[in-house]
Amino acid sequence: MAILTERDRAAVTTELAKMAGPVKLVVFSTQLGASEYCVETERLVREVAECSDQVTVEILNLHIDKERAEAYGVDRVPAIVVEGARDYGIRFFGIPVGYEFTNLIDAIIVASSGTPSLGAETLERLADLKERVHIQVFSTPT
Amino acid sequence: MRLAHHLAVASEWIRGDCVEATEFPDLAQRYMVMAVPKTVVNDRVSFEGAVPEAQFVDAVLRAVNGTGDDR
Repeated sequence: MAILTERDRAAVTTELAKMAGPVKLVVFSTQLGASEYCVETERLVREVAECSDQVTVEILNLHIDKERAEAYGVDRVPAIVVEGARDYGIRFFGIPVGYEFTNLIDAIIVASSGTPSLGAETLERLADLKERVHIQVFSTPT
Repeated sequence: MRLAHHLAVASEWIRGDCVEATEFPDLAQRYMVMAVPKTVVNDRVSFEGAVPEAQFVDAVLRAVNGTGDDR
């Protein structure tokens, strides 16, 4: 059964029409120990990709594709890497539903252009950054 | 969450993870997630709730400048 309703698909299609370039959604999943969350995440991501020709999907296995997982810094599943012209460092861990689904769509759009919606002051303050920053934002399904 | 991803796009040094807390109770426990959204930067600086952009950037810079350790 589809996760997205027809209405959801229409809304996602409209949003993704704003994309400025191609985006690849790399999903890390696993058959072992696994969670229905992995199955659902794969399904959700495929349904999103059906809404735009600019979105492609690659499904990887955390245990088999170890080198890729390491390169992406992914150590748990389900995980989604939202990759545009380069890997910007956008990750989702866990199935992005509810409010996080909106964030997934937003992440796809920003990755498609590589142009963040941030104030000039923010960009200026980040310009001198020369150290790795790992931001983790915890949420719950709503 | 949106901000973390936009900051990641803005700087090659930043990575932004959106973590579903109920699916990863080990992480939720490790970072003492009692309310969401909870943001943790470099395991050092954390805050709860949605904050304005400038305040979010403050937290990011505090985490790298070594001036913050509020976990």
